[in-house]
Amino acid sequence: MQTLTKAALIVLALSTAACTRPDRFGAGNSVDLNAAGGAGGIGMSGLGDVNDPTSPAYFQQNVGDRVLFAVDQSTLSAEGRAVLDGQAQWLMTNNDYLAVIEGHADEQGTREYNLALGARRANAVYEYLISKGISASRIRTISYGKERPLATCASESCYSQNRRAVTVISIGQLG
Amino acid sequence: MFKKLMALLLVVFLGAPVVAEPLRLTITDGVIEPLPYAIPTFQAEIAGSEDMAANITRVIAEDLSGTGLFRQIPSSAFISQHIFDTTPAYPDWRAINTQALITGAVAVQGGQVVVKFRLYDVFTGAEMGDGQQLVAGVDGWRRLAHKVADQVYSRITGESGYFDSRVIYVAESGPKDNRRKVISIMDYDGQNAQSLTQGNSLVLAPRFSPTGDRVLYTSYESGSPRIYMLNVSSAVAQPITTAPGNMAFSPRFSRDGQRVIYSLETGGNTDIWMTDIATGQHSRLTNAPSIETGPSLSPDGSQIVFESDRSGTQQLYIMPVTGGEPRRISFGEGRYGTPVWSPRGDLVAFTKQNAGRFHIGVMRTDGSEERLLSSASGGFLDEGPTWAPNGRVIMFFREALGAGGGPSLYSVDISGRNLRQVPSNGFASDPSWGPLLR
Repeated sequence: MQTLTKAALIVLALSTAACTRPDRFGAGNSVDLNAAGGAGGIGMSGLGDVNDPTSPAYFQQNVGDRVLFAVDQSTLSAEGRAVLDGQAQWLMTNNDYLAVIEGHADEQGTREYNLALGARRANAVYEYLISKGISASRIRTISYGKERPLATCASESCYSQNRRAVTVISIGQLG
Repeated sequence: MFKKLMALLLVVFLGAPVVAEPLRLTITDGVIEPLPYAIPTFQAEIAGSEDMAANITRVIAEDLSGTGLFRQIPSSAFISQHIFDTTPAYPDWRAINTQALITGAVAVQGGQVVVKFRLYDVFTGAEMGDGQQLVAGVDGWRRLAHKVADQVYSRITGESGYFDSRVIYVAESGPKDNRRKVISIMDYDGQNAQSLTQGNSLVLAPRFSPTGDRVLYTSYESGSPRIYMLNVSSAVAQPITTAPGNMAFSPRFSRDGQRVIYSLETGGNTDIWMTDIATGQHSRLTNAPSIETGPSLSPDGSQIVFESDRSGTQQLYIMPVTGGEPRRISFGEGRYGTPVWSPRGDLVAFTKQNAGRFHIGVMRTDGSEERLLSSASGGFLDEGPTWAPNGRVIMFFREALGAGGGPSLYSVDISGRNLRQVPSNGFASDPSWGPLLR
């Protein structure tokens, strides 16, 4: 799984629209732009046209890149499964894309437990996509626990957005 | 990067032991009246040592008064001057209700600081213990003050002190949705803070080794959460090869410092494992479909307290260090996490969440006598207790919620008294209190 990240030629800046955090992978795992062929090959252009069904922008905005969870739960809702059905279909069609599923928790929990809870949520999405026929070699999971909230207010309106699993896609070399 | 603090401290006994009826402050859970003490500014034995003498005197007083167990009598109340190494004018000190008199002298010479001190029991009119002389490099002057304060604390309470100790923690900066986190070390009172990692990877929850020479923590440096071991004096970190899994985190040292007990996540399930650092041999300690994390060893190293949500919510359990059937110890309302076994072995500190509030608390190891030491509500979250080396004080972090909020370190007595913020330069979280330095 580790090699997937390293093999990635381009990490699309999906997070720009989804979240103000520039580096979803944590600084230590940021892709070396020079190694990937120079900054010219990286950037918003990689998102593609939102009207192009094969573009990451389309995936993010029209298919939906995230599912939300109830407090302390990792069970997929009917709504979440519908989003994941769309993701699976898109990934089947666009099979040169890899996916990293990030699991997150809200801050109403202790740090290490939330790390484990985020892993549970990411895994729920992973298992669902596998069950829909996506190859395990194209997906990996990571948990950020409560370390990377999307919304920072101290109320349920923000917490509900933070209890999420986000499918982050990138073009990679498939082995 | 991290400059090792001057470690050499020389202790020389001054004069013959004096047998006296000991002044004794017994630390109990009840309300106590702080013990009044006087500490005349230490004498400068040679010219140019005046500032150092004043600073050392001030830090000793801050240590003692900071416990809430001692109360400093202001020098404006003093009736007589004290000349070091002379018999105190006891009636003058009794007249202002002094119970303990701390006297000392300081000399700075050749890059070294020499501190001498003597402690007197004013009411019996006798010296408590021997006078002592301590020597350190100029950079280590705070340690000298802490050593003197530890001696005074120990002689009066009969318990070991905790002032000459350090805390490892995470210094945080930047916006809440993209925090920069750096493993850092500081004196127990927040002074001499230094960074030990660079801050370009997300790092979590550092833990000191039993001897304080190394630190385990979790880092995203490789892309996934992995366990690293950091040498405190060189600030060099290396990854620990754990059993294979998707994510390794929540590491603690065994009592002998030779093994790492941690959580390993595979396929969304988290269990507790142990790895021998030298041999790389792994053993699985729990095997359940629930989340098992937050391990903490008993002082004798024979048992592990940890948290599990096998009952449906986070609760505390104890199992043998070799694994085996755990027994649940938390039965109160709410969720319990982050258990930490006390150095005395009698208590477990924890984070409790109940009815939207976060508390730091302690309970006996059979789950009885639960006592909440802090209560965070109205936009705050308390988490992550760690024990002072003498088991009398707990440090934790309190996070101010919301976009502009962040965490700060606090300390509190296990009686629930004396809640205090620990000074830090910026946000600080995840404290781990190290052993008393030698």
